[in-house]
Amino acid sequence: MSLAALTLDDAGKRLRKREFSSLELTEAVFQRIAASDDKIHAYLTIVRDAALEQARQADERLKQDSGISPLLGIPIAVKDNFLTCGLRTTCASKILGEFIPPYDAATVQKLRAAGAVITGKTNLDEFAMGSSVENSAFFPTRNPWNLERIPGGSSGGSAAAVASDQCIAALGTDTGGSIRQPAACCGIVGLKPTYGRVSRYGIVAFASSMDQVGPMTKDVRDAALLLEAIAGYDPGDSTSVNRAVPRYASSLTEPVKGLRLGIPKEYFVAGMQAEVERAVRTAIRELEKSAAAVEEISLPHTEYAVAVYYIVATAEASSNLARYDGMRYGRRAQAKDLTETYMISRDEGFGAEVKRRIMLGTYALSAGYYDAYYLKAQKVRTLIKRDFDEAFKRCDVIVTPTTPTTAFKLGEKTQDPLQMYLSDIYTISINLAGLPALSLPCGFDQDGMPIGLQIIGKPFDESTIFRVAYNYEQATEWHKKRPRIGNR
Amino acid sequence: MKLTRDEVQRVAVLARLRLTPKEETQLTEQLNHILAYMEKLAELDTSNIEPFSHEADTVNAFREDRVTNRPDADALLANAPDRDNTFFKVPKIIE
Repeated sequence: MSLAALTLDDAGKRLRKREFSSLELTEAVFQRIAASDDKIHAYLTIVRDAALEQARQADERLKQDSGISPLLGIPIAVKDNFLTCGLRTTCASKILGEFIPPYDAATVQKLRAAGAVITGKTNLDEFAMGSSVENSAFFPTRNPWNLERIPGGSSGGSAAAVASDQCIAALGTDTGGSIRQPAACCGIVGLKPTYGRVSRYGIVAFASSMDQVGPMTKDVRDAALLLEAIAGYDPGDSTSVNRAVPRYASSLTEPVKGLRLGIPKEYFVAGMQAEVERAVRTAIRELEKSAAAVEEISLPHTEYAVAVYYIVATAEASSNLARYDGMRYGRRAQAKDLTETYMISRDEGFGAEVKRRIMLGTYALSAGYYDAYYLKAQKVRTLIKRDFDEAFKRCDVIVTPTTPTTAFKLGEKTQDPLQMYLSDIYTISINLAGLPALSLPCGFDQDGMPIGLQIIGKPFDESTIFRVAYNYEQATEWHKKRPRIGNR
Repeated sequence: MKLTRDEVQRVAVLARLRLTPKEETQLTEQLNHILAYMEKLAELDTSNIEPFSHEADTVNAFREDRVTNRPDADALLANAPDRDNTFFKVPKIIE
């Protein structure tokens, strides 16, 4: 077995025992990239030389002491909407051109300080707007389980890289499901932390009231370790919360006995793939065996979530993306006056979905429509949040499918934006309410595509999510299955 | 509410986006399709509901008035489409 197939936890332990070096581990990862990325296209930028240098430095640090970060010497991929000092950041958009950030995102800085090895920048839907990576301005990423299928999005490059051992772990961002949906599609673990748990400083802003950074990993323990490393207060993000970061990984094995699982009836409705429902219901029965009580709950405003989300997210995006004006960075068109310079630069720089969302968001915020759309949506958002508050009086975590279907085929939904939006129905409410939620593998459909189980927690209660997820994972074998691709 | 082609043109100007006639046609149709779906929200009475954005209890973040970033004009201007010495150079805005 290639070293690239190891988990973060296992690789870290063996690095510290000096069974192999970070350089060997990193080389194994780049061998995997060389053997499979021409088929998968998980990366937009690969930085082999810099990574090997970081690995050598990590090996020096490994020699010096042993009381060190679990991330030291571990090859980690970063989604290309995190600013990386001196390393091209595109957000999968043409408007940024060859943008070289002059500083690191707070979370990237934490990775570097911990001694992680950054392998490169992974593909995404342009500005993280999409559910399939088909909106990347460069090329689509393919699902390692079946190259005809989408990897999910928008963090599809990170998910595909983790699933195919092109990195040991990865970072993604999640505004409406962009970590969890690709994690489900690619059969890995992905967590969207509570809003405010992780700094957003240096993340290219999409919808600021929902954007959150999170880990994408091969198993639950790795997600706990990686969250520990990136979480915490940052004065650079006024919405990051000043609360101690728990030792998530050390409480994984605490018993789940006595925990109450809520199953929302509105999440099991017509339109979901039968095999997804079957796998999720089987997973719930498995969780019940560990003596967790299971209770049906109701989240009555679920059916309004997609409408609320696509008003709030597009409105915030239209404001955030106003900064791409071709003045300080990125593409600037030659035109007769300033307004035309803006209009042509933005026309040439943005792709179709980004334009569609800017148009929708600008309309929702424009004079005469603000109350009917944006304000109305923010009010319904309160109702969605209250549904969760009520539900969490009766349960400790909520268990649902992550997606209504397994990964669809490339091209299947590109002609109908609304159908694409509806593939997020189980994930977006969580962003609207600011809650933490994790997706982990719970089976496969008859075509061999992975199915994801979503576990939603109370605000800042990632620990309980991890415990429930770990308990389920250890009772099953799904997380050990990996796609066959490249020379494997 | 039905979005007309004229309104699409008006919104495009507000958003500083140049659209081709084909894009205008397509967007008018697609946005109407999406907005029709959003009509759903009108079913709910929200007259006594406060809007919600996020729960992070934000406090004023005062700090000393002191430079904390690296004052490296070259690094900051490296991505500029056009520059003059240590300034961004932009198109003329006053006739």
